[in-house]
Amino acid sequence: MESLYLLVPVALIFLAIAIKVLFWAVNSGQYDDLDTEGHRILFDEQPGDAPVSEDKSESSKRSDS
Amino acid sequence: MTTASDCFHCGLQVPPYSDFRLAIDGQQRDFCCPGCQAVAAAIVDGGLEQFYRFRTASATKPEERAVSAKRFEVYNLAEVQLEFVHALGEDRLQASLLLEGITCAACVWLIEHHLGKLAGVMSVRVNATTHRCLVDWQPSQIDLSDVMVALESIGYHPIPATEDRQQAMRQTESRRALMRLAVAGFGMMQVMMVAVALYSGADASWEGFFRWLSFIIATPVVFFSARPFFAAAKRSLLTRHLTMDVPVSLAIGGAYLASTWATVFGGGEVYFDSVSMFTFFLLLGRYLEMRARHRNGIASDRLAQLLPVTVERMDADGGWQPLPLSGVSAGDLILVPAGTTIACDGVVEQGRSAVVETLLTGEPDAIDKQSGDQVIAGTLNTDSALQIRVSAVGASTRLSAIERMVEQAQQDKPAQVAMADRLAGYFVAAVLVVSAVVGAVWWQLEPGRAVWVTLSILVVTCPCALSLASPAALTSAVGWLRQRGLLVTRGHVLEGLNHIDRVIFDKTGTLTLGSPQVVSVVSADDAIDEARLLEICAALETGSTHPIAKAFAPYVSGVEMDNVEQTTGAGVSGVLEGDHYRLGKPAFACAKETIAQPEGQGQWLLLSRNQKPLAWIQLHDQLRESALPLVKALRARGLSLELLSGDAEAEVSRVAAELEFEHWRCNCSPDDKLAHIRDLQNRGQQVMMVGDGINDVPVLSGAFVSVAMGGATDLAQTRADSVLLGRDLRALARAFDCAALTRRIIRQNLSWAIIYNLLALPLAAAGWIPPWAAAIGMSLSSLVVVGNALRIGRRSPEATAV
Repeated sequence: MESLYLLVPVALIFLAIAIKVLFWAVNSGQYDDLDTEGHRILFDEQPGDAPVSEDKSESSKRSDS
Repeated sequence: MTTASDCFHCGLQVPPYSDFRLAIDGQQRDFCCPGCQAVAAAIVDGGLEQFYRFRTASATKPEERAVSAKRFEVYNLAEVQLEFVHALGEDRLQASLLLEGITCAACVWLIEHHLGKLAGVMSVRVNATTHRCLVDWQPSQIDLSDVMVALESIGYHPIPATEDRQQAMRQTESRRALMRLAVAGFGMMQVMMVAVALYSGADASWEGFFRWLSFIIATPVVFFSARPFFAAAKRSLLTRHLTMDVPVSLAIGGAYLASTWATVFGGGEVYFDSVSMFTFFLLLGRYLEMRARHRNGIASDRLAQLLPVTVERMDADGGWQPLPLSGVSAGDLILVPAGTTIACDGVVEQGRSAVVETLLTGEPDAIDKQSGDQVIAGTLNTDSALQIRVSAVGASTRLSAIERMVEQAQQDKPAQVAMADRLAGYFVAAVLVVSAVVGAVWWQLEPGRAVWVTLSILVVTCPCALSLASPAALTSAVGWLRQRGLLVTRGHVLEGLNHIDRVIFDKTGTLTLGSPQVVSVVSADDAIDEARLLEICAALETGSTHPIAKAFAPYVSGVEMDNVEQTTGAGVSGVLEGDHYRLGKPAFACAKETIAQPEGQGQWLLLSRNQKPLAWIQLHDQLRESALPLVKALRARGLSLELLSGDAEAEVSRVAAELEFEHWRCNCSPDDKLAHIRDLQNRGQQVMMVGDGINDVPVLSGAFVSVAMGGATDLAQTRADSVLLGRDLRALARAFDCAALTRRIIRQNLSWAIIYNLLALPLAAAGWIPPWAAAIGMSLSSLVVVGNALRIGRRSPEATAV
């Protein structure tokens, strides 16, 4: 039972990290458009049709934050 | 989604006699106009025809104007770019553009792929909710105007997003809300886990540990997530108007403080789990409500977006010099080329042209302007260039006056909206009084338990179910209506619909299609068939921005006219294969002989060849197909209907008679319309307004409930309480049914919540309800409310709909 004294604070730290990551994601605009991202997976790419803009827009999201 | 006779691209009806086809995915598709066909061709050429499989809503009809790089070239000027472009690094700029015409997520896919193919475009990001597009590009490789042309060619009209403040505010609000919700949600889960250990009977040493643990987790929930409630409660106390936020804050704050006390000094109970759960559910309700509010694709909020970015001004040595609009002042002489929007109020100095003033009057026909006549900012110059002496710019224009009127009208929205708030206020006051009385009684009987009992009253009567009762039902109804073509953007619409006595319609663009269509062709020479005649007319009108020209756009073919000339106020002429053709007023087309005009409503144009009459063409702004069923359905509900239009009497009375309107008014300016609605509302009538144009914007803002047409200007859409997404007016009748059902569900929910509270209150006051029971009771009562609300989607009022 004494292990709880260690494990519970560790869980708290994980919680803090999870919230921190979510804040970063929200602030970098990843949750601004909840309508499109849900559909994006359905827009299947044809083989050979390199999703140029996808890659680039991903990188720009990071560079923005 | 589209039937055989509907345009494959925009879903509008394909006009008779026209023939625009394109093979998409191996199937021949029909289009309504060359604009839609061209857009579809651009999409298919780019290998992006999957767009048509992905999309969930029809595209908007592209504006019928030639895609010319020239129109966008001004945006390459550095001083124009100042407002919406910023540098991201060496040879890398980012522009923020507003796109008109985004209807669903597939549009985002299409735009990102289409632009991503251009050399020099680094990244494209489109937000389907806000209709904003961020483009990064390398100016050394590609001009911004080329990017804008590419957007226009697939049917999205780009405007520089200059007014970003409100948008930024909205974004911060939504991000902040999401973060608060997340903290409350994570906190709730963790505290609940710990609470299980506490309730299942941890011994004394562990109890302290778990209490401290839940204290640590609940603290950010209270101080970060619940802050909006405290702020609102403070505001509501300052304005002496009790809202739900007051007991919510008291319950959260009180329970937190008491639990903290118990944690630090031992004894009593801790309520950290209730605090977190309570906060999370309330925030969830508010978040969903806010998303519904934001969803109304806010494109351009300001009228100023209508004006061109640059104008050509005469400089000291008599040449025309382009400069940003902000540099123009009264007294300058500016040149307004044919087909552009006039940027300032002024007086025509030179030239003669037809100007469309739909903006102010709602009148769809062009008005003849010559030297000495007043022109108004935001109106469209169609035929030929005008030189205008500027009399007013910016805030002193008529356009800005309308904008101010709109703001004012919005401020004195009828007070009934606040009704629900007031009722909640009474309930809140009652809860506070009861808690205080019970607390006082317990203080006399058993001081040690007084605080706990009082808190458990606040938690148990937690207005959770009560405050979820309406939002849950409304959210569910709003979602249902959205699927059926009505986007509700303001909270009071569904409740308000139940109180409407009178529905007022604008005519042009609302009950009618909004632009003249070719209705019939009466040939005077049987040798030529109708399709050929219309081809000739279309060739004559190609390149004209006059509203009449739009009627012929569907018939454009390869035929090319030479020497096309427009005569303002009369018609057009041109030469084809040696023959001289004229189209326009009878006196213009056939000066030598007079022939009898056929009977029939609308406008009759005469087409002549070498001064010999060839055919009569009837143009008419037709009623929407769904107008009559709607009017019948509304009348069956006992509503009184009225037609309010800026048009001339003859046309208005005809439409009123056709649809059997009991009241109608014509020649109304935006001020008249607003005054009329105010008058009605002052006499106690609840008015619903349906309109589409800029001239309707003040009325839309002032009416108790307002509906903008889907094709309406962005401004009208943002000022209206709801937007009709499709072309089917009958969605309105459905909205009335849905509102009635919603009201029934809300009443059931409220009764349930009140019964629950009335049962729980005495038990809690007697001190019989332990915290875990209070928490379970609260959750169950909320679940019942939400479950009941979801019935709106399932038990569709379709059966009673038209």
